[in-house]
Amino acid sequence: MCVFLLLLPALLIIVAFYLVPGLLTGAMSFTDMNHRLVWNFAGWKNYGQLLKDTLLNRVFWNTVVYVFGTLLIFNVTFGLVLALATAYISERHSEQVSLFFRALWLLPRFTPPIVYGVIWLWILDPTRNGLLNGVLDYFGHSPVSWLSQFPRAVIIITNGMIGASFGMILFYSAIRSISPEYNWAAAVDGAGWLSRVRHITLPLLRWQLLFVAAYQTLSLLTSYEYILILTGGGPFYRTTVWSLYAYNQAFGGYYAAYNFGYATALTMVLVLFSLIASIIYWRVFRLREMMAEPKIEVM
Amino acid sequence: MQRPRGLSGETLLEAARRQRRRERLLTAGIYAFLIAASLPLLLGYGWLVLNSFSEKLVYGVIPQKWTLNNFRFLWELPGRYYPNLWRTTWNTVLLASGMTLLMLLIATPTAYVISRMQFKARGFLLPLTLILHSFPGITLLIALYYVLRSLNLLNSIAGVFLVKTGLMLPLGIWIMKGFFDGVPWDLEMSGLVDGASRLQTLWKIILPQVKPGLAALAIFSFLNGWSEYIFVITFIQNKESWTLASYVNSVVGDFQFLDYGLLAATALFYIAPVLIFFLFTQKYLMRVSVGGTKGG
Repeated sequence: MCVFLLLLPALLIIVAFYLVPGLLTGAMSFTDMNHRLVWNFAGWKNYGQLLKDTLLNRVFWNTVVYVFGTLLIFNVTFGLVLALATAYISERHSEQVSLFFRALWLLPRFTPPIVYGVIWLWILDPTRNGLLNGVLDYFGHSPVSWLSQFPRAVIIITNGMIGASFGMILFYSAIRSISPEYNWAAAVDGAGWLSRVRHITLPLLRWQLLFVAAYQTLSLLTSYEYILILTGGGPFYRTTVWSLYAYNQAFGGYYAAYNFGYATALTMVLVLFSLIASIIYWRVFRLREMMAEPKIEVM
Repeated sequence: MQRPRGLSGETLLEAARRQRRRERLLTAGIYAFLIAASLPLLLGYGWLVLNSFSEKLVYGVIPQKWTLNNFRFLWELPGRYYPNLWRTTWNTVLLASGMTLLMLLIATPTAYVISRMQFKARGFLLPLTLILHSFPGITLLIALYYVLRSLNLLNSIAGVFLVKTGLMLPLGIWIMKGFFDGVPWDLEMSGLVDGASRLQTLWKIILPQVKPGLAALAIFSFLNGWSEYIFVITFIQNKESWTLASYVNSVVGDFQFLDYGLLAATALFYIAPVLIFFLFTQKYLMRVSVGGTKGG
């Protein structure tokens, strides 16, 4: 009885703000609900519309490019490079400097999204008041409109600079926990830093690399906050990823569409994507064994 | 010791020297890379401060004429339609501290129960929290809008922190469970042997043991609530209930190309508490943040 009382508040909150909305999302996807929030069941109409929506093809490929581009370039590769570099510095040089860089890269994760957005809006400003165009101006180059000319690169870089810290922290602690005897042995045999990274560190980081790839595929599928702030999905839907498309169908634009029925159908498909992705990851990479590990390591 | 055949003392010395030189080169290369890669962040956050206090920047980076004029929003409205800044700030404080309180009050007992007590549903609760954690909250936005409207909580700070707490709760429970797992059973036994009830033992003996966990959870929740963007701009239209996120969002919309000084100053005002928190607690945050789902 006492146990139940202790659990009650958590159960109430989770039911009200997690389980019920989850079920509602499924139910709403079969209605043509709009801002009046009337339940008017329409069968599979929204899912039929998915097949007819000519924009969806573009949105789908945007999502693929965004998720895997960010994941491979930044979250995995760049996170790894950052971890290697900072680990090298704290081993050979200075713990303080290494900590400074790790903290600097962690900072965007704790920066309010709109402030992070403001910083990038300034860096990418299309006039010479912005950072990049200011530098171009110094060299006598005319300004470039980054957000409309390279929108996809922009959203990958801006999200990647946040995402990289996740891998950086996990990889860093994994690198530091590799027992130094391996490296000493290799050093005695005359192996340089690069070949030690290649033959000792990387094989030992295999699980962490896979974990970051799997975990962050799922996070990237549903993170659209920074895209919304920087490009709003434009120009001409070129940066509209699936989750942002659903959001814009419901709340987007100055005229607020409130197509709740269609938006929830889009959401359901997205959830299906994530489920498929996680099943593939669990099966192919046998994530089960390692899923448990970081959960304990976190604290 | 025997020297490898074919190497005289001199060449050995030379080899060592060559290696040291190579190492120094590598270190320099790594530093150069780190600094170059971090440049957007260094310059970006630097700009926020520099442009807040100067009239304009030349070539995007060199500040000219120091001024406090950009901070005039502290005592006057930037535009006719803006709500009072201090009220907005107070709302942000409410959102962050409301969420912190709820998280501590709810996640702590739940985590304790899951970590320490035997009951029927135990085997079912743990996977449930895990599944919820992997089910991203942001996909529930539309349904949450419906729930909040039904509960008459749209346009209210309480609505946002309830929703945020619900979505963050699984993570919070996981974090706290980890801390409770680390408390030795003997401590709890000794409390019980001395005649205290289970709850008294929790309060007097166990909780002091997990203080670092409570602190980490509190900091994490506070920063999370303070920074919230998407739920605030979606669920709160009423200007009386704006938080600083809506405020800065609106300044971006109105002044983006006109007044970077104002933009930087309001953004700096918003991020200042985060920076101060971050400076003192980044070691904690580096451990907790790994559990988050943000920014990919």
